[in-house]
Amino acid sequence: MNDEINLKEMSAEEIFELMQEDLYDGLEAEVVEAVEELLGRELEPIEIMTKGLVAGMDVVGIDFRDGILFVPEVLMAAKAMKGGMALLKPLLAESGAPKMGTLVIGTVKGDIHDIGQNLVSMMMEGAGFEVVNLGINNSVEAFIEAIQEHNADLLGLSAMLTTTMTYMRIVIDGLKESGLRDDVAVLVGGAPLNHDFAEAIGADAYCKDAAVGVETAKKYMAERGK
Amino acid sequence: MQTTISSKTKTVIIGPGQPFTIIGERINPTGRKMLSAEMAEGNYARVERDALAQVEAGAQILDVNAGIPMIDEPAVLEEVVKLVQSITDVPLCIDSSIVEALQRGLEAYEGKALVNSVTGEEERLESVLPLVKKHNAAVIAITNDESGISDNPDDRFAIAKMIVERAMDYGIPKEDVIIDPLVMPIGAKGDAGRAVFRIIQRVTNELGCNTVCGASNVSFGLPNRNGINRTFVPMLIAAGMTAAITNPLEAEIKQAILAANALMGSDANCMAWIQANRQGGKGARKRERKRRRPSA
Repeated sequence: MNDEINLKEMSAEEIFELMQEDLYDGLEAEVVEAVEELLGRELEPIEIMTKGLVAGMDVVGIDFRDGILFVPEVLMAAKAMKGGMALLKPLLAESGAPKMGTLVIGTVKGDIHDIGQNLVSMMMEGAGFEVVNLGINNSVEAFIEAIQEHNADLLGLSAMLTTTMTYMRIVIDGLKESGLRDDVAVLVGGAPLNHDFAEAIGADAYCKDAAVGVETAKKYMAERGK
Repeated sequence: MQTTISSKTKTVIIGPGQPFTIIGERINPTGRKMLSAEMAEGNYARVERDALAQVEAGAQILDVNAGIPMIDEPAVLEEVVKLVQSITDVPLCIDSSIVEALQRGLEAYEGKALVNSVTGEEERLESVLPLVKKHNAAVIAITNDESGISDNPDDRFAIAKMIVERAMDYGIPKEDVIIDPLVMPIGAKGDAGRAVFRIIQRVTNELGCNTVCGASNVSFGLPNRNGINRTFVPMLIAAGMTAAITNPLEAEIKQAILAANALMGSDANCMAWIQANRQGGKGARKRERKRRRPSA
């Protein structure tokens, strides 16, 4: 560690700023150390999460969207954020702090390409969402069960093939039949998709990348007044 | 197997899983008229420039050669070794076909040098290997012997194996012998590329030694040599080669090596690739930190 940086001598605001820089550079140990320091000063976990981790991941998301940061760097930042969240999560649960919202996400039946949706999951967690990642190859029943079990606000569907993306329509139709369609915003993404396809199958939005996914998710939560 | 080469302050590890080692080839008067004439006059300004430019471009080791006809090569090589060590901190590869020049270069060198080279010829083995042992150096072993360069890769592998055994007899550890499979021009010998891949694979799998070569000879006599060279190097890396004596100032070769490192998994998180290419898109740069971290 650098002897020029001494957390003990820094104000909370300065530490938040440092955390954001460390998160941007994917420095997990440094982020964890800052979270520990702030918890030691008895700051609220929700404040540490919002002003440090979420604010830091916002910047990562913006620069990823703008082609300044790349996938390995976003993964490193997300890993650093997870390190910090591991300390905060149990405390947040205790305090019953408000949540950004809950996202159920997975690739649709027949599709095993999960790099993109894992990236989305990490960015969503970084933005403060509760994420239920179902992984690959999910049936309509699996999505419905998870939405009910976790009382989800958002559903993320991912497909990387033209042959599997059509299953997204089946999921959305399934949601309608089970009366869940109005409870969740359906966000879809994946290489072969576009806006027109999303509209045609009755999804709420097409998200071209993880950063757009986070922005869209936030927008839906705000609209719903949650 | 890892080969460690060092200067007084810097250590380079050559081996599988490590980023590919670039040994800068420019400080070599062979085929460079200006450099040759200047060095013969004792003018080393170009040597200095070549040294610094190659390090800047990513050379981890610099080859130094003073092979100019009709000069006192041992004295010049000694001087060049001292000079280059005084202006850069990278380790050196001391390159000469004259044993006395190797000796003077090694005596002047601070650290653990790489010696270029020994062959399978009896007289070379007997004169170079004791020198390598005495100075605790590592050595490049070229796979030819008194009978010349065999077209058969298995013959050349047998010479590699023999040199490693002889080196061990002199007390030089196996990891300090780096095998050069000898790259021949594909324009003259159609199988030359494939022969090299086979030797590298056999050396890597059966001896465990590191391998190195001067790659550009492969394209001799062909048009668009760079097009062949920048394809050949990643193929060598995929076959298991761990170092090359090449010119890091050639941007396409440098990019090919960086890409190969990322593809071989030796560039953690693709960070070297990203750093070399981030500005390729829109002149984009990462944000400046307000508070510096050595790790960032």
